[in-house]
Order: sequence, then C-alpha cells, then structure tokens
Amino acid sequence: MTARIHLRDKEFKVRSGMTIRSALLKLHIQPEAVLPTRDGELLTDDEILQERDEIRLIAVISGGAY
Amino acid sequence: MKCRKCGEKAVIHMRQHKLALCKNHYLDWIPKQTQRFIHDNKMFSPEDRILVAVSGGKDSLVLWDVLSRLGYQVDGLYIGLGIDGGNGYSAESRRFTESFAAEHKLDLITYDIEEHEGLDIPTAASMTRRGRERPCSICGLSKRHIMNRVAIENNYDVLVTGHNLDDEAAVLFGNTLNWLTAYLQRQGPVLPNRSGLVKKAKPFFRFYERETAAYALLRGIEYMYDECPHAVGAKSIYYKELLNRLEADRRGAKLSFYLSFLRAKETMVFNSGGDDVELKLHPCTSCGQPTSTPDLCTYCRTWKEVRDRRETMLEQGIES
Ligand code: SF4
Ligand SMILES: [Zn+2]
Ligand SMILES: [Zn+2]
Repeated sequence: MTARIHLRDKEFKVRSGMTIRSALLKLHIQPEAVLPTRDGELLTDDEILQERDEIRLIAVISGGAY
Repeated sequence: MKCRKCGEKAVIHMRQHKLALCKNHYLDWIPKQTQRFIHDNKMFSPEDRILVAVSGGKDSLVLWDVLSRLGYQVDGLYIGLGIDGGNGYSAESRRFTESFAAEHKLDLITYDIEEHEGLDIPTAASMTRRGRERPCSICGLSKRHIMNRVAIENNYDVLVTGHNLDDEAAVLFGNTLNWLTAYLQRQGPVLPNRSGLVKKAKPFFRFYERETAAYALLRGIEYMYDECPHAVGAKSIYYKELLNRLEADRRGAKLSFYLSFLRAKETMVFNSGGDDVELKLHPCTSCGQPTSTPDLCTYCRTWKEVRDRRETMLEQGIES
C-alpha cells in the first residue's frame, strides 16, 4: 500500500490513502514550496494518494537576487 | 477539489484566497489579476514602452508571457553573467530566454558583462574583498546598474521585474529583522522615476511563488529550473522557508505580512525625514548615472577596484 513521492533526486515512500498534503507535512516538506504532479499533470494537494502513485514535486522556491 | 468557475477538476488551490481553479480558468485568472495590479498601482499603460528583465527563470519568463498576452509593448533584457557553477547556469538560462523570445517573436536585448567589462562575474568577484566567498554583491549591483542604463539609453518608460510575493515578503522580513528603515522606505511594488533613474514596477508582487510556477507548467513555458549555484544557502531562501512554515499554519500569512506593511508604510514612522538620501543624488563622474556616493557610483567604483587588482596581479605575473 505505498505511493512514491519524488523531489529532485530524492525519493520518499509513503502510505497510500492519505492526502498529498498530509504526506508532505509528514515528510517535513512545506506544501507551499512545491507543486505536486502526476504524469505531468498538476494536482491540488487534497488529492488522495493511490496505491503505486508516482508523484513528482516541482520545487518552486528560487533565491537569486535581481 | 473542483474549479470554482466551472466545476471541472481543479489543478491549483490557492488557500489564501480560498480559490481553486481548473487549468483554463487559471490561465485566464493570472493575466486578469496582473492587469488589476498594474492598473491599481498605476504601473504603466498600453502606450508605454516596457523593458522586462529576464533571467531565464520562471518568474521573469512568465511575466514576459503575461504582459505580451495582455497586449503591452514589452521587450526583454537578458544580462550574461558568465556563471557556470557546474550546471552551466548562465549558458542554460540564456538558452531558455532566447528560445522563449524566438518562439513568441519577442525582441530581446542581450548584454554580456564580460564583453563590456572584460571579466565575467565570478572572476571579477574573486578580485574584490567582499566577493571572494559569494559573488552576489558585485552581481546584484551590476545587474541593477545595467538594467537601469539599458532602459534609460533605449528610452523605455518602465523597467519591470518578476519579483513575486515570496520574494518581496522575504526581503521585507530581512529588512524588518534588522529594522533597515532606509530600505523599508524604498520597498514597494512601484518606484517612480527620478532624474536618471527609470521607473520600476513589479506586476507579480501579489502572486505566490507557486502560482507563477504553476502558470509556467500549465502554459508549457520551459524555464531554468536549477538555481544559480551561488544562491545555495542564501538568506532570502531561508526567510522564504520560514515564511512558508508560517503560511502552512495560517493561510494568507505571507500575503498579509506584505500587504499590511504597504498600508503601514503610508501612515507610519518610516516616512519621516528619510527622503534626504534621495535628494542628495548627483551624477557619477564616470558613467553619469545618479548616485549618492561621492565621485564614482558603486558600479564604477567596484569595477575600477576589480581592474586595478587585475592589473597588479598581471604585473606580478600571477595567473588569475
Ligand atoms: S545568486 Fe548571486 S551570483 Fe547568482 S545570480 Fe543571484 S546575485 Fe548573481
Ligand atoms: Zn474552470
Ligand atoms: Zn558610474
């Protein structure tokens, strides 16, 4: 009963059945700092993780000063 | 979650607005909001010639896209910094910028620092006292100087940058932690023009960072995903993370931190007496740009220091 969450070159295994938001908070990833996608499609973070889901997170924080 | 406008499956939920939208409605919503911010803050009008500073990152490319979709006359300015850092940062971000411009048939001005000054940013930074560890100081001041100069010389009415709410809130947080009142006074979405200084505007100042990223993704805009290698460990990123932790517990915390600052600024203490600094501007004796430092402006002074140091090193036969 697992889904996988990828962020850059890291991979996390989480239990399916919970929302993406709860999974992120469990993993100490700030939901504000990422966008979850599945097969390239953007998802809202209330989406329930399904068995064998592969969720790719896009990091949105950038730091370069202008 | 469903789109508030049409009931289709939503792709983004903006908790601070209690608003979820589908792809199509989101791609409509961003330009409409931008137009409202431009209008409400008197940033510019359709007659104005606009120069957008593009780095190849998401915010600046999205801004260029949105402004041109809204029908503004907007050209891009890309500044070549010559930063490699193992991921070919400058070369890659230039490639994203040029292909965006070509695909959308937009005009791009490219200004390469090494071509004009003889040295790229990392090499120049290694020759200054402050820049040995992090080139951000000379990099930042060079970018600001060049943006203004290119805008003035080419008669643009306004220079726009892709700063988003997270950028602005992080800067505000840093300025507030240290009570840098002179900076607080000048911080805002619009800086009016003064003699020799072009008007500046930040049309995205109310969008969260994830909103510009979502727009890029949904519009299929390819951008430089990797950070400048020198941004690693930057204070601004640390402040953004802190603010995001606050936001996770209190939706809208970032937005209200910044917006209530703007309201407070109109009525509060930072307003007294601080304009003095601005009145003391005079032209730099070398480049003619307005400056508050005597004789040379910071840009000319710093690059002179770099060239002097370079000459000394060459004389001593030290390879840089
Ligand atoms: S992180 Fe520093 S060196 Fe890199 S682009 Fe930004 S200011 Fe320049
Ligand atoms: Zn919709
Ligand atoms: Zn000067």
